[in-house]
Amino acid sequence: MRVALFVTCLVDQLWPSVGTATVRVLERAGCEVLFDERQTCCGQPAFNSGYRDEARTVARAFLEVYGRDDAEALVLPSGSCAAMVHHMAELFDESDPWHARAKAVAARTHELGAFLVNVLGVDDVGATFAGRVTWHDACHGLRDLGIREEPRRLLAKVRGIEFVEASSAESCCGFGGTFSVKYPAISVAMLDQKLQALELDEVDTIVSGDVSCLMQIGGRLARRKSPIRTLHLAELLASER
Amino acid sequence: MSASGKEAPGPEAIAHLDSEHFDEAVVKALGDEVLRGALRNATELFSSRRSAAVASLPDWEDLRERARAIKEETLANLDAFLEEFAANAEREGVQVHWARDAAEACEVVLAVARATGATTAVKSKSMTTEEIGLNDALERGGLLPVETDLGEWIIQLAGETPSHIIVPAIHKTKAQIAELFVEKLGIPPTDDVTELTLAARRVLRETFAQADLGISGVNFGIAETGSFLVLENEGNARMTTSLPRAHIAVMGIEKVIPLFEDLEVFLRLLPRSGTGQHLTSYQTIFTGPRREGREGPEELHLLIVDNGRSAMLRERVTRQSLACIRCGACLNACPVYQQIGGHAYGSVYPGPIGAVITPQLAGLDKAAKLPFASSLCGACRDVCPVKIDIPQLLLHLRARIVLGDGPPGGKSTREGRFLERLAFRAWAWAMAGPRRYRFTAWVTRIVQPVVVGDGRIGRLARRLVPPLGAWTAARELRAAAPRSFRAEWRRTKGKV
Repeated sequence: MRVALFVTCLVDQLWPSVGTATVRVLERAGCEVLFDERQTCCGQPAFNSGYRDEARTVARAFLEVYGRDDAEALVLPSGSCAAMVHHMAELFDESDPWHARAKAVAARTHELGAFLVNVLGVDDVGATFAGRVTWHDACHGLRDLGIREEPRRLLAKVRGIEFVEASSAESCCGFGGTFSVKYPAISVAMLDQKLQALELDEVDTIVSGDVSCLMQIGGRLARRKSPIRTLHLAELLASER
Repeated sequence: MSASGKEAPGPEAIAHLDSEHFDEAVVKALGDEVLRGALRNATELFSSRRSAAVASLPDWEDLRERARAIKEETLANLDAFLEEFAANAEREGVQVHWARDAAEACEVVLAVARATGATTAVKSKSMTTEEIGLNDALERGGLLPVETDLGEWIIQLAGETPSHIIVPAIHKTKAQIAELFVEKLGIPPTDDVTELTLAARRVLRETFAQADLGISGVNFGIAETGSFLVLENEGNARMTTSLPRAHIAVMGIEKVIPLFEDLEVFLRLLPRSGTGQHLTSYQTIFTGPRREGREGPEELHLLIVDNGRSAMLRERVTRQSLACIRCGACLNACPVYQQIGGHAYGSVYPGPIGAVITPQLAGLDKAAKLPFASSLCGACRDVCPVKIDIPQLLLHLRARIVLGDGPPGGKSTREGRFLERLAFRAWAWAMAGPRRYRFTAWVTRIVQPVVVGDGRIGRLARRLVPPLGAWTAARELRAAAPRSFRAEWRRTKGKV
């Protein structure tokens, strides 16, 4: 299957290894991966902060890239940005041609894990990983897109993995985009409560489908000098040892 | 119910409103370990009880759909349903009053109290009376209002406001309540809950015997029959509405439902969502005052209050705010509420639903901070029994606040957003094309080493760029990678 990769701005600039891993996993699952270098951002930071005009500007740039490509699916290593693409049409009046374009793009947009399991029907990508791993459900993937079982099915097929379901798996990590810097104290308090339940389970790796959550979780763990490390789903699935 | 600006809610729409000091209140709440412990225990308990109660109904999702559909139908024709409800209530002998705002509503209750010659009024729990500041108004009018719901009574005794829609004293520990009783009631120190409850009961029974007026809220008004329903667990609402000579029930315009049989849906949703009960201990349906062969108070009044609600009917997205049945489930599920509690919101309506209805009732400029105090995690939407899309409402209100959409002549909500606006304009420019994007990334990599460093420039940058300082106060910053993914893709010609 010909797949367009929207790597997301955060992965592109801060976590290129997640992009590389995504390509590897998709190719291993039999996809041909297309990467359009005109891509930038989905517009979510502005949309979620109330800056609709600014979000619209960026959304149009996004739709210029993906409104005309000939890929069968658009895949993102992020539930949050995938959810934003699903919300994109709300930025335009129903009579606006951009509305229909946004809907058409959203219809073939998928978060990586959900794409592998639901579209390709693949839950084993041949990954091997040694460690005690727990999963963090990123909110938009979980509650906007309903992605819950897909990553767990993928993790279950990783060789050597010891999977621990945390009681706080579905609790928000406190990131929330600009919320994390508008209300940093609440944001960190939310995360600390979530981590309390995680650390009791004695895991060594926290895996999630969104680097924004990993930035929040990893940034706090690093400050606390915690030995627990963070990993993106794509990195785990690309891992061969 | 016109859409004219004149009927925009006044500044006194919500009594004791103090949402402008949200930031300070958050700091205070987060520093209060006793409060946070009490919140953690209570919200966890209510959330787990709710989950268990919901699991006992296999058709939960179907019920939610039906409840939402009933509310949608009602709100789309609210004027007609209200008229039908009022007409049928009057036919049953109820004296129906209407109030446009909080001040008018309080006046109506005072007038009823004066006409009955009441000096003491007993009250059962009602958020609408909290919203309109009824207790203050009654006291100013020379009456003694006494709350009879145990939690509300504790709050009144302590001179506080509720911090939760259905559990008003959720922020208080047993020890704090015991201390309060020793101080205010003069009872010997005890930590026995039964002893404490009995002490409250002794005081309240005497008050019930003296009161000439009973004031209650309304959970549901039934248009078809002109009846209304009050749910409770302590029996205090039943005493409030049956012992005094007169009873006045206060309800928001959104509490009406079309048919008696609609209760079948809501009575299964509300107690399960609120307290995790299959049904509350008491449900009382009022259809007219005492008559030949029918029980009830001699006089039955019904006060229907708008107070800014009809403005929410204008748009489909905001209209759903009026579907709320005040169960409080979104508060218990909210990770922000779990950390800061209800008082920090500075509104009688805290938590996710409070963050969306407070700015709509009192004016965006009065509570402009609340819609931003959310990570948009969506846990509130998942538990809402009437499927209100609270994140969607939060986003809608954020957009209106950013546009400076406040009441005419009011303090602009745009103030203080100059730098943020500038930042988002710059960001949108940078993201609107690949060249600008690459240029911005290039600049970032140049300034990054000094900005994120521990040197003097780094410290200065964290002071001058508030988001940077806010992030790094308790978290390490993730720096841009030496080579972006796109650079890697280009370098390897797609063979990353």
